[in-house]
Amino acid sequence: MRKYILKRLLLVIPTLFGAAALVFIMLRLIPGDICEIRMSGDGGYFDQRALDQCREDSGTNLPMMTQFINFIWGLMRFDFGTSMWTGQPVLTEIALRFELSLQVAIMATIIGVIIAIPLGTISAVKQNTWIDYVVRAFSIAGIATPSFWLGILIILGLLMSTQYVLGTPWMPPITYKPIWEAPLYNLSMLIWPTVATGYRYSAVVTRMTRSALLEVLREDYVRTARAKGLWEKVIIRKHALKNALLPVVTIVGMEFAFLMGGLAVTEQVFNLNGVGKLFVDSVLNNDYTMTQSLVMLVVMIFVMVNFLVDICYAWMDPRIRYS
Amino acid sequence: MKLARIKAVCAAVLGIAAVHTAIPAAAQTPKRGGTLNYVVPAEPPGYDGHREGTFAMLQPIRPYYSVLIRVDPNNPSTTTDFVCDVCAGKVPEPTDDGKVYTFKLRDDVKFHTGETMTADDVVASFNKIIFPPKGVRSLRRGMFSMVESVTNPDKSTVVFKLKFATNAFIPVLAIPFNWIYQKKILDKDIHWYETNIGGSGPFIFKERQAGAFMRGDRNPNYYHKGQPYLDGIRAIFATKESLRVQAIRGGRADIEFRGFPPASRDDLVKALGKDVTVQESTWNCPIMFSPNHKRKPFDDARVRRALSLAVDRWGGAKYLSKIALVKTVAGITFPGHALSPSDEELKQIAGWWPDLKKSRAEARKLLKESGADLSKTYLFIVRGVDQPYKIIATWLIDQWKQVGINFKMETHPTGPFYAIQRGSKEFDVSTDASCNTIINPLVDVTKYLSDDRASNNYYQYKDREVDALYDKMQRLTDVKAQRKLMFEIAKLTLDTHANQFPVLWWNRIVVHRSYVKGWKVSPSHYLNQALDNVWLDK
Repeated sequence: MRKYILKRLLLVIPTLFGAAALVFIMLRLIPGDICEIRMSGDGGYFDQRALDQCREDSGTNLPMMTQFINFIWGLMRFDFGTSMWTGQPVLTEIALRFELSLQVAIMATIIGVIIAIPLGTISAVKQNTWIDYVVRAFSIAGIATPSFWLGILIILGLLMSTQYVLGTPWMPPITYKPIWEAPLYNLSMLIWPTVATGYRYSAVVTRMTRSALLEVLREDYVRTARAKGLWEKVIIRKHALKNALLPVVTIVGMEFAFLMGGLAVTEQVFNLNGVGKLFVDSVLNNDYTMTQSLVMLVVMIFVMVNFLVDICYAWMDPRIRYS
Repeated sequence: MKLARIKAVCAAVLGIAAVHTAIPAAAQTPKRGGTLNYVVPAEPPGYDGHREGTFAMLQPIRPYYSVLIRVDPNNPSTTTDFVCDVCAGKVPEPTDDGKVYTFKLRDDVKFHTGETMTADDVVASFNKIIFPPKGVRSLRRGMFSMVESVTNPDKSTVVFKLKFATNAFIPVLAIPFNWIYQKKILDKDIHWYETNIGGSGPFIFKERQAGAFMRGDRNPNYYHKGQPYLDGIRAIFATKESLRVQAIRGGRADIEFRGFPPASRDDLVKALGKDVTVQESTWNCPIMFSPNHKRKPFDDARVRRALSLAVDRWGGAKYLSKIALVKTVAGITFPGHALSPSDEELKQIAGWWPDLKKSRAEARKLLKESGADLSKTYLFIVRGVDQPYKIIATWLIDQWKQVGINFKMETHPTGPFYAIQRGSKEFDVSTDASCNTIINPLVDVTKYLSDDRASNNYYQYKDREVDALYDKMQRLTDVKAQRKLMFEIAKLTLDTHANQFPVLWWNRIVVHRSYVKGWKVSPSHYLNQALDNVWLDK
């Protein structure tokens, strides 16, 4: 097991380097100049010398190779530099957003898993009954409904219903306070995006749980368990579900990592100051240092989650441990 | 006796009338307290007003700073009414044939650090703006090209010496980004203000939550006595327009200063009725289309002129103003300014003729004469922003089709759009705008000068006739003579040489909660943002 973990950890280094090189090149392929965006928006007057100075300050006038070496050298020292847009340290800019995104991801994962695993299991056990049809319709609707659209509907629904009932329209707060500072305020802000994303999340996991469990329930060892006269509940819980959860864990891990950086539109709908929104803003602003750091952060999260998923695999399936 | 009785009745009636008129006046007496929450569509790129140009930094940060002079906050729609902020009394008249401006400073202006502002601070700030040392960015340095020196003979006097007398100077001085910094700090680290905030404005900066909001508290030592009325301000960053609209509807924000499109205004008014107030103004910002003079057939003035003639500006203003934030028909200068032509004069310029049939017939004739290949589809690049770029661009394509010239519209996000417009120049016609802070036609029209003189002219042409007229106009102080030259420049730019074309001028629609008082709409989203006269009638 230790050798397996070490091997997985060593694989992280080339993965990170490859991702760094890729993001560096791809960002430079996108046309645009942060200084132009910053200084001459809407066609107004600007001073050419100030524009040249801006390029010098941001380092975009340096040769590409020098920029790449600076970037990699910074990464090796965990120095992500300063945002070319705000001039503030990249890590400071990311820290607060990371906290919010992490909370949304955790809450959505909890909602998703709590709904999905029982629903998926029931759906598989009651295959082709009306219960199965209802669960399938619910999950297909979840996959088909974009989270941001559901988010817009939630906000509009809240505004209209509160205006109708209370006489004054109410919407969730649009600025963030950490949960340990103002728990009610925090939850009244984050519960809605969590529901919007958690629904889609649960739909994906429900489908996966159902199909994986159906497959496992047809295995020989399940038939043997039944032949031995074990209770159906024990067969499902102890023998079938544990094995069926292998692909489900992968999906949960991937979805969690996605939520950490991929909620760009939903975050904008609810004005969540998360990593996804920062991602979009920094790409639109051609803020290379920020985008590079964010990509590396998301890559690290994916690598870490994959690593944890692999460990879970090894824990759940002895064949992986011993191979 | 009878006369005395009549007098008494009259006095009573007058007294009642006086009380009645006094009631609304009393109701308008500013109240102290409360926090103003306002939504801003983007986050500030930095904190130094001298080097940034976006409203996204001005709106959240301007309330923490003072300026030398400003547009009158009680009459911000004016194009000429400037008042002192940290200077004492009225804005001074020039001496020495218009070449010297001497400002006396107030003696009660204190920085938030507690130190008194002196002329040293004002001079150091303007020297940073006008004569920045190497390595320091100053975005509006070129606007001060008329200034020879800024000095202070004593601690309370600032003297601007100009190279030549010009009417452009006072408006340039009133640009709301010209914040007064502390000399002591600048001497220590001239870059300090790029990442820190510390001024002498009506509010004291307290907190920034990256990407979320900026917050400030009332400055109790503010020099405009009794102001500010608010206890605090909070600028909330919200990228999505729909979210900003909903924030006002749901009571999470009181106002959005940039401006909403007409549909959002109508939605809010429908949902909230008298709980919201709408203020509108023509915006110092024309949306434009500009041909690439190096690409055939747009190297021919007749083709460019035909493009302008095809556009129904007067008709378009009526229906486009219902769906887009545009409204006013004007030329190269802000409508209503002393240097702008009247509608009657404007109608003499091709493209602004009142008779659309005649215009389009002329356009078709010009296209035929020029031999332009009308079987081809030309490339029209558009900045990927809905309001008003994409809407107006879609409309323009239809307008040009009416005279037989076809365009393919290519929409790009801002970064790639600029890269094409300003870098590769791979386009036939481009959308553009000319949004400026203060209304100062003498500076604003520099966009129409030759491309080797105007940093924001991207269309590869030189027009020395326009350059010469501009140079002549800039050194005049007689408004009548300047107006005449300005019209000549407009005629050359829009008609004879057909260089670049404003389509319509933007219309600023600000919707706010009705309890927000004291704030008046201005013709630019950069102006009147000190918020010292804003109060909440809650």
